[in-house]
Amino acid sequence: MSVIVFAETRDQQYKKSTLEAVSYGKEVAQKTGGKVIAVSMGGASDPAILGNYGADEIITLHGAEFATFSPEVYAAGFAAVCKAHGGKTIVISNTYSGKSLAGRVAVLLNAALATNVVDYPDTAAGFRVKRGVFSGKAFAFMDMNSETKVIAITPNSVEIKTYGSNAAVSAQQPADLPSSATRIENTQTVSGKVPLTEAEVVVSAGRGMKGPENWHMVEELATALGAATACSKPVSDMHWRPHSEHVGQTGITIKPNLYIAIGISGAIQHLAGVSSSKVIVVINKDPEAPFFKAADYGIVGDAFDVLPKLIQAAKATAAS
Amino acid sequence: MKVLVCMSVVPDTTTKITFTNNDTTFNAQGVQFIMNPYDELALTKALDIAEPAGGTVTILHVGLADAEPAIRKALSMGATDAVRINANPTDSQFVAEQIAAFVKDKGYDFILTGRESIDYNGGAVCGLLGAMLNIPSINVITQLTVSGGTATVERDIDGGRETVSCSLPFVASAQKDLCEPRIPNMRGIMAARTKPLQVVEPVSGSTHVSYAKFALPQPKQGVRMISADNPEELLHLLRNEAKVI
Repeated sequence: MSVIVFAETRDQQYKKSTLEAVSYGKEVAQKTGGKVIAVSMGGASDPAILGNYGADEIITLHGAEFATFSPEVYAAGFAAVCKAHGGKTIVISNTYSGKSLAGRVAVLLNAALATNVVDYPDTAAGFRVKRGVFSGKAFAFMDMNSETKVIAITPNSVEIKTYGSNAAVSAQQPADLPSSATRIENTQTVSGKVPLTEAEVVVSAGRGMKGPENWHMVEELATALGAATACSKPVSDMHWRPHSEHVGQTGITIKPNLYIAIGISGAIQHLAGVSSSKVIVVINKDPEAPFFKAADYGIVGDAFDVLPKLIQAAKATAAS
Repeated sequence: MKVLVCMSVVPDTTTKITFTNNDTTFNAQGVQFIMNPYDELALTKALDIAEPAGGTVTILHVGLADAEPAIRKALSMGATDAVRINANPTDSQFVAEQIAAFVKDKGYDFILTGRESIDYNGGAVCGLLGAMLNIPSINVITQLTVSGGTATVERDIDGGRETVSCSLPFVASAQKDLCEPRIPNMRGIMAARTKPLQVVEPVSGSTHVSYAKFALPQPKQGVRMISADNPEELLHLLRNEAKVI
């Protein structure tokens, strides 16, 4: 019996969400027993470091099949390792790639599946997970009744713990992989920018910015704070910003440590997408904006007055 | 060309969520239910591809009879016919099993779903179906063209976008940006009244998971206001009090 973690990489490096998943796996193993095996596919520059975050053993899967990400092939390779090593709890990050694997892996292992998980399981009686539902408006406590469980843990939900040791790495070559019916033609990544779903700090703006030409201020503040940028639904509907930045009920749900909302009134659909943020700052010229009720800190003021001062202050803090 | 689009029915986006029966049941009283917004995109895209090719688009829903107004809406948008699998959609795995059992020998060229339903946010049906039917699954797509047995797809990846080509059949899930949802016109609404809506009884499904209870997020303790003239104060608090920067 073991806990098996899918160790997702970007540019051969483990993502922060991967370290969280490994730490999550360790926490589960301490409750259920068994060791933590991290599975690294497609190449990573330093697999042994996962030991420091809770992995007892690291398996790297090699082969041309894993050179690019294909859900069918990755799920087959990963599920084969899970089977061979008695994986009973399978942990995957709830990222786009992770989610496209999780369902396939659950079918291959005849396992119970929980995506969008936001906390450690309660194993006092059975195995109960907490999931975000209604796009951030509520939580559900779900019992996973099958012997094998696949859990997709949302980024920024649990802390990374360190254990101060590297772990043994063994390379394996899985047999009997399906050939992929999909082929990646082209990949465009926004380099040097934190992906919104994984960002710890998010600077977001709405119609109060008056037009896309004013977004340089939002970006300047984000850069000074090391933050990702986001926007409200009207802003993406008007094509001021790409839809991938739209947070809210029909956009993406995020849970950063800090969410700064500028010129966003705080409609219920928007709040749904951001209410899991640890700290919320609202800057709005309307003191009656409903968003203030959901905020920790607020500034009543025009974005065009407050932002330049805030940018300057943030730059000064960053420099000090 | 034969296309299948799977739809769920969800509370309207403006719904204030509450629970009853000691927080074990979603309180549906007074709630307006709608076709899941991402499924509208899936259906619109399927129609845009199938119509010029003289193909058909079947809309499929796993749920009870109270979903029929939303299914009629999908028919009024242009779906050829509808199928409702008559079962309470308890979780993603159960729903995917029902769809897979129905799809098995029907010979669909491709299947589209929404990226996730905005109620239970599983985002899992696409991948589950792919594995159950042993076909490729492509999540969160923002572009789709189909020609000569091959699909070209753009999908969101973490921190970017990817173009993927794929042989038919496949299943993909619709992300915003795929298209603008089609608004039914009067002719569509009239036609939808008489389009076939077949009710199919469910197959026995798994019970891998069960919902025990629900909770609402903790309300905030109250907002601390800071003068607009003193943003340094905000940064100071974020750094030293909240410790988030």
